[in-house]
Amino acid sequence: MKSIREQVAAWARTKSPWIIHFNSGSCNGCDIETVAALTPRFDVERFGIVQHGSPRHADVLIVTGAVSKQQKDRLVRIYNQMANPKFVVALGACAAGGGVLQNCYGVLGGADKAIPVDLYVPGCPPRPEALIDGVVKLLSGIKGVENAK
Amino acid sequence: MPKITVPLGPQHPALKEPGNFMLLLEGEEIVDATLRLGYNHRGIEKAAEARNFVQATYLIERVCGICSHSHATCYVTNVENIAGLEIPQRAKAIRVVIGELERIHSHLLWLGVAAHEIGFDTLFMYSWRDREYVMDALEALSGNRVHYSMNTIGGVRRDISKEAHEDILKKLDILEERTNYYIHLATQEPTLHARTKGVGALPKEEAIRRDACGPLLRASGVARDVRKDDPYLIYDQLDFKVITSDACDVFGRLYVRVFEILESIKILRQVLSNLPEGPFAVKTPFKIPAGESVTRYEAPRGEDIHYVKADGGPNPARVKVRAPTLANFESVSYMLTGDQLADAPLIIAAIDPCFSCTDRATIVASGKQSVQSLKDLRTYGIEFYKKKGIDFTKVK
Ligand code: SF4
Repeated sequence: MKSIREQVAAWARTKSPWIIHFNSGSCNGCDIETVAALTPRFDVERFGIVQHGSPRHADVLIVTGAVSKQQKDRLVRIYNQMANPKFVVALGACAAGGGVLQNCYGVLGGADKAIPVDLYVPGCPPRPEALIDGVVKLLSGIKGVENAK
Repeated sequence: MPKITVPLGPQHPALKEPGNFMLLLEGEEIVDATLRLGYNHRGIEKAAEARNFVQATYLIERVCGICSHSHATCYVTNVENIAGLEIPQRAKAIRVVIGELERIHSHLLWLGVAAHEIGFDTLFMYSWRDREYVMDALEALSGNRVHYSMNTIGGVRRDISKEAHEDILKKLDILEERTNYYIHLATQEPTLHARTKGVGALPKEEAIRRDACGPLLRASGVARDVRKDDPYLIYDQLDFKVITSDACDVFGRLYVRVFEILESIKILRQVLSNLPEGPFAVKTPFKIPAGESVTRYEAPRGEDIHYVKADGGPNPARVKVRAPTLANFESVSYMLTGDQLADAPLIIAAIDPCFSCTDRATIVASGKQSVQSLKDLRTYGIEFYKKKGIDFTKVK
C-alpha cells in the first residue's frame, strides 16, 4: 500500500502529463502524426496533454525515429534534463527497434539503445489513435501506482 | 556592442526536426548564420544498395514522411527508365492524383506550422483540421495516412474505385471553400501581413544565384516548376498555372502556397473527371538491365532529383537523392542575415525545411564531424573500395 502522499502525487500526475517531442532521426512521418494528435480531429488535450518545448517542464518524452549516431548524445542529454518522474514513449517502428533503418551505418538502433523506454507504440507511422491509446495506457499504468516510479 | 553566438537547435521547440543554426547576433539583429546538418543522417542510400529493386521502393519512400510519394515516384521512374518499361496511362494518372493530394496536405501542413511560428495558433488548428480531409482521401486510396506505398515498378498497386472517386470530389469541394477562406485571410488579415511582410527577404537575382527551388523560388518571382518546364507523367495534358509572387518575402511564400492548393484542386478535378481506362500496372521484368537514369520531380518543396544506377544485379548499384530542401538551404543564411532573432524560426520554417530528406552525407569519425572537400571524399572512396578489392584509381 502506498502512502497517501504517493497516491495523491500519482493522481496529480495523470491529470496533466506534458509531453516533449524529440526527433532522433525520424523520417518525419511519426512527427507529423504526433502533431496531428494535438489538433482538433484527435485532440489529445482533452486528456490534459500539452506539448512543451522545454525538457525541464515535460513529464513524457516522445521519441520518434531510429536513433542516429549523431543524435544519441543529445537524446541522452535531453532525457537527463527532464525532472523525475519521467516516462519515455518510443513512437513508431523505427523508435521501437530501428524499423526499416536497422543496420544502416548511421543508425544506432531503437530508442532503447540509448535510454530506458516505458512504452512502445508500433506502426509506420502509428495512427494518432494508436498514440492516444498508448498514452492512455501509460496514464493508467501511472495510476495503477505499481508501475509508477 | 559585443557580438554573441546563439545556437538554434538541434533540439528546439520551433524546429520539428534536428538541424543546427549558429546565429551571430548584434543586439537583436542577426549578422551571420551558419548551418550544420547531419543530425538526421541515417544512411538510406547505402541501405538501398543492400535491397532489391522492389524492396528499395519502400525504403526510399521512407526518406521523408511528408513527400514520400515524390521520392518513391522519382525512384520507380528511374528504374522503369532503365528497364525500358512503358507504364499504363491509368497508372500515370493515379500517380498524379496521389502526388497532388500530397501537395495539398504538405502545403496545409506548412500553413499550420508557419501560423504556429507567428503565434497564430487558431490558424494552425484550422489548417490541420482541414488537412484531415486530405489524409482521409489518401487513406481511402492507399490504406495508409503517411507512407502510401502506392508506387511499384511498372505502375501503381491499387486502383481508384468509383466510390473513392466520388468521395474525393466531395472532399475537394470542402477543401476549395476552406482554401478560399485562407486566401481571404492571407490577403486581408492585418496581423498576418504585419508578421510576414518584409521578413526573410530574398530578391529574385539572389534566389537564382543561390539555386533556390520550389515555392521559395516562385515567391521570388521566378516561374520555375518542373511540372511545366519538363513535364513528367501526364502533366503536359493538364491545365494549371504556375503561381508566382513578387513579394520576395515570407508573405510571398504564404501566397504562393495557398494558391498552389487551389491549382492542385483544379488538377485533381481534371484528372479524376477523365481517368483513363485500362490496367494500372504492367508486369515487372524479372531482371533490371544495367544502366543509369536521372529523374526530376516537382515535390511540394521544390525540385527533387534522383539518380539510380543498375549493374544488372538484383540490387541497385547506386541510389542518390537530392532533396529540394538542400537546394534551399543556401538561401537560408542569406535570408536570416539582417533580420531579427525572433523571426529566425519563421524564416527557417518558410522554406518548409525537411531535414530527413536533406541529411545525405556527413563523415563522422570517432565522434568528430568534419567537412570534407570533394577531393578528400574521392580519395576516401577509392581507399574504401580498394580494401574491398576494387580499384577505382583509373576512373577519371
Ligand atoms: S516508423 Fe515509419 S513513419 Fe515513423 S520514423 Fe520510422 S519510417 Fe518514418
